[in-house]
Amino acid sequence: MHRILASVLAASFAAVSVQADEVRVYNWSDYIDEALLAKFEEETGLDLIYDVYDSNELLETKLLAGGSGYDVVVPTGTFLMRQISVGSFQPLDLSKLPNHGNLWGVVAERAAAYDPGNAHSINYMWGTTGIGVNIEKVRDALGENAPVDSLALVFDPANMEVLAECGVHFLDAPTEMIPAALKYIGEDPNSHDPEIIAKAEPVLQAVRPYVQKFHSSDYINALANGDICVAVGWSGDVLQARDRALEAENGVEIEYNAAREGSLMWFDQMAIPVDAPNPDGAHMFLNFMLDAENMAAASNYVYYANGNLASQKFLAEDVISDPAIYPTEEMLGTLYTTTPYPPNVQRTVTRMWTRVKSGT
Amino acid sequence: MRRLLIVAIPYLWLLAFFLVPFVIVLKISLSDTALARPPYFPQLDLYAGWTGVRDFLSGLDLENFAFLATDALYWKAYLSSLRIAAVSTLIALLVGYPIAYAMARANQSWRPTLLMLVILPFWISFLIRVYSWMGILGQEGYLNQLLIGVGIISDPLTILNTNVAVYIGIVYTYLPFMVLPIYASLGRMDESLLEAAEDLGCSRFQAFRLVTLPLSRPGIIAGCFLVFIPAIGEFVIPSLLGGSGTLMIGKVLWEEFFSNRDWPVASAVAIVLLLILIVPIIIFQRNEQRRQEAES
Repeated sequence: MHRILASVLAASFAAVSVQADEVRVYNWSDYIDEALLAKFEEETGLDLIYDVYDSNELLETKLLAGGSGYDVVVPTGTFLMRQISVGSFQPLDLSKLPNHGNLWGVVAERAAAYDPGNAHSINYMWGTTGIGVNIEKVRDALGENAPVDSLALVFDPANMEVLAECGVHFLDAPTEMIPAALKYIGEDPNSHDPEIIAKAEPVLQAVRPYVQKFHSSDYINALANGDICVAVGWSGDVLQARDRALEAENGVEIEYNAAREGSLMWFDQMAIPVDAPNPDGAHMFLNFMLDAENMAAASNYVYYANGNLASQKFLAEDVISDPAIYPTEEMLGTLYTTTPYPPNVQRTVTRMWTRVKSGT
Repeated sequence: MRRLLIVAIPYLWLLAFFLVPFVIVLKISLSDTALARPPYFPQLDLYAGWTGVRDFLSGLDLENFAFLATDALYWKAYLSSLRIAAVSTLIALLVGYPIAYAMARANQSWRPTLLMLVILPFWISFLIRVYSWMGILGQEGYLNQLLIGVGIISDPLTILNTNVAVYIGIVYTYLPFMVLPIYASLGRMDESLLEAAEDLGCSRFQAFRLVTLPLSRPGIIAGCFLVFIPAIGEFVIPSLLGGSGTLMIGKVLWEEFFSNRDWPVASAVAIVLLLILIVPIIIFQRNEQRRQEAES
């Protein structure tokens, strides 16, 4: 009996213990050129297991539960900062990242606000949170002068009441939607003062009845298919919707704008969990992505700017010269960044978001 | 010894796969959320011996349950889930009963094929089947294209991301669970009873109401349970097909756990959901048993 039990246990442990020739990457959905995954496997001989998520919160839950089994994860700066503080990541070993020199100082410096000294992470992509519109439908609804590059488009109930007819999606991301609502009413989007944050609630509640869905990845296809006409979303995702519509030749024309009042600028950072089963393989994946041509291929595919200076000469013309992807100096001035909320404020924020989403 | 073993197996099953997880969830529901790995406090420190256990126990409280009572969101979500599950169960019964009835009355040689057809959708992943409804029900989806093409409507119907889509999804997904038990109970029925009823002057409808329906009662009850119980905690269907107005406890639970990272409150929600489901079911089972004993 004991021997049977022992062998069953041994077998089940063998099943969960990860072989050294396997790298598990957990990244955002629609966030890489999948040809790169095959290329990595070919170059290194490692098996790459690539899973996707569409919310920072989901990733954080897995990291905090421990034993996520992933070797590389890609949280956004604000979340990364909090996760570093509870010891979720191991410091990077730069000797295993020879391509490290390709990084772009401008981005690394900004990302260092979340990861002091860039000790735990490298920038994968960065972008803005703005507004994607089906230009024809929005002009039909609101006239030629529809404020497609203004927060008023999505936070003014008068506009939203009309737009509800053709469908509006909001990101299911409280840490981005609440700062945007604060920006709209002229408050500091990065405020950690619960009284200021509370002012965002009436703004969101007023337009909530007109929001068809709060979701952070459905809007790509919904925009591209013409199922909805407006989405508050991430720059590259909206641009992917634009491309999918072009490929489908369905007559849908999508446009992305950062808000003229100011949009959130965010940084998605690649990091290695402290309990990663294969940290060496993780470094190999990071180094692979630090390669200028590989990183350029990823950006050309997903329409996000990256933090890799050397990659810029390999970027497609419609990527490097599109201000929706690489903003102009002037636009950079209007972008804002946020820092993580302290735990007690975080609870206020999540409760508010649950109330907004459920309409209670 | 052998009998003991036979009795012990289901109890061991219950212990390992129900009671132990329940105690773990109960324990988390009594702790407080924390920014740590794992994200709750206190942790049981067995190395500290008795003082560790004492510290652990003194850190537990009912705060999260009190919180559930103060926030309207939760009871609204429970009520809304109960309603959605009840309505879906009723629709599934109204649709499923005639299907099961037709199957049971069909020619013997046809029955295996019909049974196969009911089970066939299970060969496709549940997730893919729900996803395909998104393609059917969308603003530019097949249903709207068809209705506009035929000329029944001129503007597309908004079905996707509303409660209507959730009802469609739940009824579609769980319909086989309604059909199969009813079919089983109807299939076992002695048809000479119906002849007897008609000989004694029943119309066909009366015979159905007085004979067939009562005899299929166990199938109806089993089918309703099999639809109602999973529907009430359903998460995938409301999150894919439902909209911002769809309030279901499964979604609230998922959000507490994953979005809000509030495991203790999520556990408390789960415990309350379990009580809401289990207590009425136990009472119902007792009544049924008593009824059956009284009959025999």
